[in-house]
Amino acid sequence: MSKNFQARVITNSALNSKIYLLEIAPLEETTVPSPGQFYMIQPDSSFDPLLKRPFSYLRKKANRIQFLYAIRGKGTGLMKNFPQGKIINMTGPFGNGYPVHNDNRIPLLIAGGTGIASILSLYCELNKKYLIYGAKTRDELVLIDEIEKSGGEFFICTNDCSYGKKGMVDELLRDFISSHQDIISSVVIYACGPKPMLKSISKIASENNIKGFASLEENMACGFGACLGCAVKTKKGYQRVCKEGTVFPFAEIVW
Amino acid sequence: MDNLNLSVNIGKLKLKNPVMTASGTFGYAREYSEFIDLNRLGAIVVKGISLKPMEGNPPPRICETPCGMLNAIGLQNVGLKNFLKEKLPFLKTLNTKFIVNILGNSISDYVKLSKSLEDSGIEAIELNVSCPNVKKGGISFGTNDKMLAKLISKVRQSAQRITLITKLSPNVSNIPLFAKIAEDSGSDAISLINTIPALAVDIETWKPRLANITGGLSGPAIKPIALRMVWEAAKTVKIPVIGIGGIMNANDAIEFLLAGATAIQVGTGNFVNPCATIDIIDGIESYLKRKSIDDIKNIIGGINGNCTGDNSDN
Ligand SMILES: Cc1cc2nc3c(=O)[nH]c(=O)nc-3n(C[C@H](O)[C@H](O)[C@H](O)COP(=O)(O)OP(=O)(O)OC[C@H]3O[C@@H](n4cnc5c(N)ncnc54)[C@H](O)[C@@H]3O)c2cc1C
Ligand SMILES: Cc1cc2nc3c(=O)[nH]c(=O)nc-3n(C[C@H](O)[C@H](O)[C@H](O)COP(=O)(O)O)c2cc1C
Ligand code: FES
Repeated sequence: MSKNFQARVITNSALNSKIYLLEIAPLEETTVPSPGQFYMIQPDSSFDPLLKRPFSYLRKKANRIQFLYAIRGKGTGLMKNFPQGKIINMTGPFGNGYPVHNDNRIPLLIAGGTGIASILSLYCELNKKYLIYGAKTRDELVLIDEIEKSGGEFFICTNDCSYGKKGMVDELLRDFISSHQDIISSVVIYACGPKPMLKSISKIASENNIKGFASLEENMACGFGACLGCAVKTKKGYQRVCKEGTVFPFAEIVW
Repeated sequence: MDNLNLSVNIGKLKLKNPVMTASGTFGYAREYSEFIDLNRLGAIVVKGISLKPMEGNPPPRICETPCGMLNAIGLQNVGLKNFLKEKLPFLKTLNTKFIVNILGNSISDYVKLSKSLEDSGIEAIELNVSCPNVKKGGISFGTNDKMLAKLISKVRQSAQRITLITKLSPNVSNIPLFAKIAEDSGSDAISLINTIPALAVDIETWKPRLANITGGLSGPAIKPIALRMVWEAAKTVKIPVIGIGGIMNANDAIEFLLAGATAIQVGTGNFVNPCATIDIIDGIESYLKRKSIDDIKNIIGGINGNCTGDNSDN
């Protein structure tokens, strides 16, 4: 069940010049989120900015929730100044989360930029797994230690070659497909990142008969299905990213 | 003062308090059932219904602007048949009034809708004659005096028992004229305002921020305009006026009541705080207690000197 609740800021620290890690403790009991779900966070209680902002949770610990956010505009610009102890307004958790299959399919997770938050919420809960993670520069890659510790096999790239392989995650995906032909028919992809990246991955997946799911983003006003503002075109007509999504099968999305 | 009276009448509808939800911001009510006790609301106005389902506009459909937001949802809705089958049963389980907002492309659409709704036992409808989003839609009715008069009269003739609320467009230069037309043509109440047609531009891409180019502005940014229009309308007509526009908290709601609104609707405020309506009901109660006023009716139109309560600051 989703809730409208207040939370206390436990830590809010910069991981690099653009990306922050926020840890909060809800002041009341809230529902435990499942991987891929998100919360709406109010950057400020004045009316400018007005709306809450959507953020995927990164990790959940006993009555603590962590988020990873990039500074983009007005809202996140205010969030970076949240002092420790501040009480903030939130709602959530929302969204359908990643469908986790209890069969012997092998999960391949793909993250671009801050899509890593949503992807790590799932990655940490899986056993046998692969991860492809890309960012523009080394500075924008975060939580590499965490990824190393959690045991799967991972491949990293940066657009400017400052870390890992040079290039984009879709090139790494092509490499993965050719080097893992023995298992590729059992692989299922879960992806989160910028729309052009998701589109490209979904195309490669379909060319190779690989099933997969993408977590989409759209501007949101409510987060819980009431405003119809977050609609995206799908083969079933317009669907709400916040409610029927955020996770859709590749085959359902009209890019 | 335990005997606070918050109840108000809108046509034949008796509301337990003046706090309603604005169409298009409250879905079909179930969306909010996790957050609030829906039974506490004065009334629920559901998302606008057309005869046939409507798909809505391509994304992006919304964007934020200072103290407000633009929307061009494109009146996406499930259509009359699905509403009656899938949404109405839940609404009927609630111990509160609900009002069905309707829209059409012709007078006959509105007539068919109102008649079917009355036949299905619906107590009240709100005519959306002012939606700025759909090119062939309500805009022409809400801004043209003769067409508006004809529309309301025809709906009134075909659905005589139902409580008929006309939702006025802010997109006219003379609100009292349109308020009067609504009253004279048979509306039991008027509600205002709908969103204000507006534009936002992305200076990096040189593109409008919405796929539809323009959208309707709502939220705190429109409140002073809405308040002025409600005040003008309330001075002009005898039927109840329902105030809408940027109401975020009890203070905003009380401003509208003082300007002459008999009830208010909360729209965008629900997105920011899904419990806004309940906070507003509680806030109005404590305001009345603080002012030692035992009946909400005693503050309605207060700025026009109709206030019988003690309004000294104590
Ligand atoms: C389901 C979901 C999960 C997300 N998870 C994360 C995350 O874990 N980490 C992270 O850094 N970012 C995430 N985002 C993107 C994040 O919500 C935006 O970067 C943020 O809203 C920008 O706010 P702002 O005020 O700084 O920017 P502004 O550009 O000033 O925002 C203006 C408006 O646009 C909306 N908006 C702008 N960009 C986006 C966007 N990409 N998606 C949705 N709304 C947007 C804002 O919510 C706001 O209403 C997520 C988005 C969605 C939809
Ligand atoms: C996302 C959204 C959808 C809306 N849909 C409708 C609708 O279907 N019918 C209608 O009459 N008004 C619709 N409105 C207008 C609201 O009911 C209300 O008149 C307006 O938003 C002003 O109030 P506010 O500032 O409290 O939001 C919509 C508004 C928003 C923000
Ligand atoms: S954000 Fe309001 S319906 Fe999805």
